[in-house]
Amino acid sequence: MKIGVVTFPGSLDDRDAARAVGLAGGDAVSLWHGDDDLKGVDAVVLPGGFSYGDYLRCGAIARFAPVMRTIVERAGQGLPVLGICNGFQILCEAHLLPGALTRNDHLHFVCRDQRLRMERVDTDWTNSFAVGEEIVIPLKNGEGGYVADDATLDRLEGDGLVVARYLDVNPNGSRRDIAGISNPSGTIVGLMPHPEHAVESLTGPSTDGLGFFSSTIRSLVGIGS
Amino acid sequence: MRPGGSATPPLSGCLDTVDRAESTPEVAQPYAELGLKPDEYARICEILGRRPTSSELAMYSVMWSEHCSYKSSKVHLRQFGDKQPEGGWPQLLVGIGENAGVVDVGDGWAVTFKVESHNHPSYVEPYQGAATGIGGIVRDILSMGARPLAVMDPLRFGPADAPDTRRVLPGVVAGIGGYGNCLGLPNIGGEIVFDATYAGNPLVNALCIGAMRHEDIHLASAKGVGNLVVLYGARTGGDGIGGVSVLASETFDADGPAKRPSVQVGDPFMEKLLIECTLDVLHAGLVEGIQDLGGAGISCATSELASNGEGGMHVHLDRVLLRDPTLSPEEILMSESQERMCAVVTPDHIDAFMDICRMWEVEAVVIGEVTDSGRLTIDWHGDRIVDVPPRTVAHEGPVYDRPMHRPRDLDALAADDANALARPHTAEDIRATLLRMVASPNLASKSWVTSQYDRYVLGNTVLAQPEDAGMVRIDEESGLGVAVSTDCNARFVRLDPYEGAKLALAESYRNVAVTGARPLAVTNCLNFGSPEDPEVMWTFAEVVRGLADGCLELGIPVTGGNVSFYNSTADTAILPTPVVGVLGVIDDVERRTPMAWGPDGEIIYLLGDTREDFAGSEWAHVMHGHLGGVPPRADLARERLLADIAIAGSRDGMLTAAHDVADGGVAQAIVEMALRSGVGARVWAPDQVTDMATFLWSESPGRAVVVVPRSEEMRFTAMCAARGLPAHRIGAVDSGLGADTGYADQQVLQMGDVVVTLAQIREAHDATFPALFGA
Amino acid sequence: MPRVVVDVMLKPEILDPQGRAVMGAFARLDVHGVADVRQGKRFEITLEGEPTDEVLAGLHRMAEELLSNPVIESYTLRVEDAQ
Repeated sequence: MKIGVVTFPGSLDDRDAARAVGLAGGDAVSLWHGDDDLKGVDAVVLPGGFSYGDYLRCGAIARFAPVMRTIVERAGQGLPVLGICNGFQILCEAHLLPGALTRNDHLHFVCRDQRLRMERVDTDWTNSFAVGEEIVIPLKNGEGGYVADDATLDRLEGDGLVVARYLDVNPNGSRRDIAGISNPSGTIVGLMPHPEHAVESLTGPSTDGLGFFSSTIRSLVGIGS
Repeated sequence: MRPGGSATPPLSGCLDTVDRAESTPEVAQPYAELGLKPDEYARICEILGRRPTSSELAMYSVMWSEHCSYKSSKVHLRQFGDKQPEGGWPQLLVGIGENAGVVDVGDGWAVTFKVESHNHPSYVEPYQGAATGIGGIVRDILSMGARPLAVMDPLRFGPADAPDTRRVLPGVVAGIGGYGNCLGLPNIGGEIVFDATYAGNPLVNALCIGAMRHEDIHLASAKGVGNLVVLYGARTGGDGIGGVSVLASETFDADGPAKRPSVQVGDPFMEKLLIECTLDVLHAGLVEGIQDLGGAGISCATSELASNGEGGMHVHLDRVLLRDPTLSPEEILMSESQERMCAVVTPDHIDAFMDICRMWEVEAVVIGEVTDSGRLTIDWHGDRIVDVPPRTVAHEGPVYDRPMHRPRDLDALAADDANALARPHTAEDIRATLLRMVASPNLASKSWVTSQYDRYVLGNTVLAQPEDAGMVRIDEESGLGVAVSTDCNARFVRLDPYEGAKLALAESYRNVAVTGARPLAVTNCLNFGSPEDPEVMWTFAEVVRGLADGCLELGIPVTGGNVSFYNSTADTAILPTPVVGVLGVIDDVERRTPMAWGPDGEIIYLLGDTREDFAGSEWAHVMHGHLGGVPPRADLARERLLADIAIAGSRDGMLTAAHDVADGGVAQAIVEMALRSGVGARVWAPDQVTDMATFLWSESPGRAVVVVPRSEEMRFTAMCAARGLPAHRIGAVDSGLGADTGYADQQVLQMGDVVVTLAQIREAHDATFPALFGA
Repeated sequence: MPRVVVDVMLKPEILDPQGRAVMGAFARLDVHGVADVRQGKRFEITLEGEPTDEVLAGLHRMAEELLSNPVIESYTLRVEDAQ
């Protein structure tokens, strides 16, 4: 299973996302922002980092990259896409997911091991988890506050599109403690915390992050979706 | 690439060319305002055989400044090179004199690391001062050919509750985080120390580690006549020019120059692009020599590259891409605009080089070529404005052997015995002292700071703060890793500079060893007051002597470092603060020893000897506001033994946890281990110590607390006994203590007769920083 | 040369922690009587030629698609008198 990992100027966690894909049993394919060719990948990860230095707004410039034109088009045809942190910001700026990410309410960058509750587990990226499963993965951001108007938030809740929610501590002021959301068909997931940093017990607080990557490999192979 | 930015050449006749300098020897030049002494100015005239042009004057004034030339410290720093074992240091691949030192860590891997200061800019503009400090040290590492892997930040501030500290500390932390996080470098450790002497002069030191294969090591030299000199990265603006503007006013007409910022502003995104672009051109084999642009910008890069190489270079300064078209040539030469590098590239590689820059959207321009003239010549639109022998600029600056004498108050300080201070004896007093100590700013939890730093990026961080050393994996296949710690108890150094320097080295060495890594090399950032103060100079000389002697005894070389003078608050010099960084290697990071003990039943040992050592201790400072007495003597043979045992214990799986004993003594070590584990323990003083306060807060060196599983206890104690290392059984991990002590369902720490819950300790320990600096 | 200025502000219902922090600073610096502070962005766009309808339409599109995020921000655009 080939999973593309996009590198924008300023992407930081692309290598780590590729490592996670490999550990989960997939083949990571590096995709360059300036190239609209997706090289036949079966799914795409938009990694974390500071694409374009977070200038203007996080993800606002990356969203217009040539590779994104193709990704938006293919996503409309069902291509699975996972946006992590900056990737989530790009998905929102590109209107593939509703809402927006704003400055943390306490104004500081925060890096912490964050407990999450998994809520939607029938997406291409979360089907390895059980409903209500509690996991710990690192969170690190300065602009991670998820916001949307009440009508959108009610719709996300009502339609079961919230993928994960913060437990114990809301680290950034996200509305309704939302840590990640999905599109109705479950092919596109945006997640603020970083599963790619929880894939080895040597370097992370747990290996709970692997589930995000193995989920997509399962669904691509046609298991249990 | 476009030709040089839209700079407007000044009216001819106003440009101070070499010809003009030759024909107008009588022109008075503002050399004093640029910081040059009359004899230094005279020497420049002698070297050139005429008066310098204003551009040449600018170059010499900055390159011969203390910061760039090390003129007051060179005579002493020589010891780092002179004091070495027969046959040299086997692990040293590149020593002092390059951008950063490089050591062999095995398996064909080399590691480069260095610590540097950015103190004064951080007082003026905390965020940008600290941010550009990180930027600068990362470029130094990059210019050796390494991929930067991690950063650390040893910081020192005035009193924690001073209003100005509230201005400076959050800005510095935000700057380090803002720059380092955006670059994608994990912050794996550092220090935060508060002391009144830093109130007007915070110390912001920044360390970076990088790794490369042996064959990828690059040096800053311009070799190969005809090779091209390329300036790439950010455009050049008026950053950091400050005093050099006084020259610009000489060559401008009535309109005058725009206000020149003296603070450099960093752009981490540009630096991230620079890193990727540079690594690509290096790996493609397109670079003959490379240099980063730091202090003194283009002047420094060109004179150093030329000086190290064939000895000659010609530069067309008007080709430099400018952000500000009103800059004069002098200002362009001296600009400290960030995120710029200089590479030497053969003509047949230049197109490929430019292609890579284009791909990363990094601007690049050829500004000159390597020559064999033995001179550095710089033209501005065809007019010669610089013609100097580069060695005289870059390496043959003035060397001073400044007057020194032993501080007159040292004897009185030594006689003011800290061991005579009143100590707590009752369980109640000891308990109260404990809670006060763990909440004191130097000992309190730093997570308010460290949670603003990304520790995870790159996915190779194995240990990070609050562990003893930061550890990163270098090779994912083999598990090869390196560990780094930075330390300095400046109070020890104040009381006895020679011993204090050795003690700083010992602490850093010990912090690396307790994680299971074998110490290999040293870097240092020597932060001192004014070298024109004979007492400061004497202290500096003694510190360097102590460090050099200590390194020889421990078998690890100083590979490079930095000197920062003129640090003081009003007329009071800062505490002499030689920050020592030690780097060690571990064959397999899986074997590392962290500081958290396990769930239950393991035995706690105190290795080493505990004596009455309160001089310069945190306890004397917090409880009595006292600084005095004779600090402990460094016993480096004991430190070597302790390190050997810790490394063997780690490698052979005999230890669950280890933590060095330093500031705040055994009490602090135990508290930190307990909080990290979340599990309580029972601890008691060893027979050799009769007084509880001594057991808890004395700061005798050469000690570590280790935790041993019962199954390994005999093997471990036998090893210690055979090697002659005292090992005192001082406790046991006990998750059930709460029930025995009236705190059912809670984790409890019992030290002698004192009982305190982990919740109470944690509350005291965690509350300090948020209360001081805002949640 | 003519200039177009685009001001971008967070929509009123969006939390503005930076504006709040600035307001806190006013109080600490002894400036009172301030009810609220909101922080936004200002873009100064210098044109090569005249601000024709076509040019302005393009700038409005940029303001909507690039300079602001309509989910959380609103903008105003005005042409400044040439110097």
